[in-house]
Amino acid sequence: MTEKNFNSDSEIIKPVHTSKVGGSPFKGVAGWIDNRLPILRIFKYEYLDFQVPKSLNYFWSLGGILMVCLIFLIITGVTLGMHYKPSSSEAFNSVEKIMRDVNFGWLIRYAHMNLASFFFIAVYLHIFRGLYYGSYKEPRQLMWLLGIIIFFMMMATAFLGYTLPWGQMSYWGATVITNLFSAIPVVGKFIVTWLWGDYAVGDSTLNRFYVLHWLIAFGIVGIVVFHVIALHIVGSNNPSGIEPVDTRDTVSFAPYTTSKDLFAMLVFLLIFVLFMMYIPNYLGHPDNYIPANPLVTPAHIVPEWYFLPYYAILRSIPNKLLGVIAMVSSIAMLGLLPWLDLSKVRSSVFRPIWKQFIFLFVLDFFLLMYLGKMPPEGVYVILSRIGLAYWFMFFLIITPLVSIMETPLQMPNSIHEYEDWKKKGKIKTLKIF
Amino acid sequence: MPNMSKLILLLFLVFFNISPSISAEDSEKLLNPKFSFDGIFGKFDRASLQRGYQVYTEVCSACHSMSLLNYRNLSQQGGPEFTEEETKAIASKFEVEDGPNQNGEMFKRSSKPSDHFKSPFPNEQAARAANGGAYPPDMSTLAKAREGGPSYIYSILLGYEKSPKNIKLEDGVYYNKFKPGNSIKMPKPLNKDAVKYSDGTEASVEQMAFDVTTFLTWASDPHLEERKKTGFKTIIFLLIVSALAYFVKKKTWSRIEPKM
Repeated sequence: MTEKNFNSDSEIIKPVHTSKVGGSPFKGVAGWIDNRLPILRIFKYEYLDFQVPKSLNYFWSLGGILMVCLIFLIITGVTLGMHYKPSSSEAFNSVEKIMRDVNFGWLIRYAHMNLASFFFIAVYLHIFRGLYYGSYKEPRQLMWLLGIIIFFMMMATAFLGYTLPWGQMSYWGATVITNLFSAIPVVGKFIVTWLWGDYAVGDSTLNRFYVLHWLIAFGIVGIVVFHVIALHIVGSNNPSGIEPVDTRDTVSFAPYTTSKDLFAMLVFLLIFVLFMMYIPNYLGHPDNYIPANPLVTPAHIVPEWYFLPYYAILRSIPNKLLGVIAMVSSIAMLGLLPWLDLSKVRSSVFRPIWKQFIFLFVLDFFLLMYLGKMPPEGVYVILSRIGLAYWFMFFLIITPLVSIMETPLQMPNSIHEYEDWKKKGKIKTLKIF
Repeated sequence: MPNMSKLILLLFLVFFNISPSISAEDSEKLLNPKFSFDGIFGKFDRASLQRGYQVYTEVCSACHSMSLLNYRNLSQQGGPEFTEEETKAIASKFEVEDGPNQNGEMFKRSSKPSDHFKSPFPNEQAARAANGGAYPPDMSTLAKAREGGPSYIYSILLGYEKSPKNIKLEDGVYYNKFKPGNSIKMPKPLNKDAVKYSDGTEASVEQMAFDVTTFLTWASDPHLEERKKTGFKTIIFLLIVSALAYFVKKKTWSRIEPKM
């Protein structure tokens, strides 16, 4: 090494900042901590001073509600895990033991069970919100995609969780769903055996389902963090679909959004408690209180209510492989929405024709949900096929076509003008919330 | 489209009210007597629970096990609430196999409150062999494992009739108008005065069916009373807190939304 290398004229010297200590808006101990670990300022900027559109309605409380659901699901799940035994001979009785002998076990188990359902109720409303107000459009496409990933993971977790009590529906549901993979040509059979860890659904299947139920649940937490970070970059959409411009259009997160979300959460909690405490088994199936028996098939194998629409789609197609493809792609369609909807207008409030098709889509969802519960015969199959046809037409034909041909209504220039128009009755909005 | 959205809300409510039963199309509507544990303030009638336990031990337990219950449950709060002495006495009437002892031998002893309810058969195969191939289900979770729950149990017990002329049933199969498919392998279990109630209640078939249904509902859901009581308190609490939260929200937003 010669000194020449260090003193060469071509070497450009730049200052470096390995230490980024400083810049905290806080003083004292809080400032000392925040200068070294900027969590307090992140909290201040993103949750106290954070500006959100003034025009948000109660649909925008669902994100917070979902977050609370997720936290409570994890707390109750961890607690249940302390007494649950993932083995085919002990699982059923260990769940019963939790409900009978463990202190407040009945409460925690019913809470976990019903929260799963309420998580789906909230997520369906959350997705509807996105659909109706065009929250998937530029610049929120990635956030929307992350949401759909979360939705898929939720479904996997819910399915895995439903097998854990090892009742009749657990066992037969697991059998039906894992067998769907056998539809894959050539390798299908091997994949199914690989998933089971055995040549039939049994002890090893239950054990790995328990592990995966935990793993994916915490995976959801990870993706939710990304979903929320993305939200704080692109900002909330709002019923007008117009981006805020100045302080006349926005309110700060605290205390305005927090006070509103708190009220919404409490109402949601109230409905949840009514179910959990008075009709805890209403959303489940009675057969799941019969211990799993590989020799007795239940009269009708039905999934939990939140899977029924996709189950109807699966059964409406006589070919198994095509049925599976239709079922998976029916949900994946949502992910294409940002690129299928070409309209520059976000909110359906200003899209009178598209709005009608969304309502039809919601009706279709409920129709399929009903059909998923009915036996796959006669008129039910025909109706399922009509439901399926509209589902795909909605995404692949109606959405792009309407987005090109529709003339949107006259729009206000800003959110505060939108609010003004709303007060004067110039705009028709959703009346439920 | 406010009307359309109301329609959807209505459909949502209708959907959640569809009875999930699809198998019960061909059988009659279940009987639905007024049970003490129904409703928001539902509680078990202790005397009925105790009588129900008597019906179970003297009649049902000849074939049906209740393996998830322990004798101690009989004295637990919210249940039949036998006294501890009574429970000990009840348990001691049964014999269980225990062991091995210090010599490595199994031995018989009388049950203690901490023991499980004694099962009538050592295993499922023995139960089937003794019952013409049918397996009398374990009744620990029966009331939550059947569509209709308590109403279903009560109805089945009262649903035995002479089979209509056009229906021929094999030997060992009986006609029951509430059973899906109308045929059942359990012979009519309750006949008048099958048990003698110590409290003087007349042991009619309806009374025994009612009592044992109450008992089985408790057995399936031993914390029902506590759940309903806690539920009511929680609801009241949440109503008050939500009302407060509503006014906090209104007050907060009034700063930027002056009254029109």
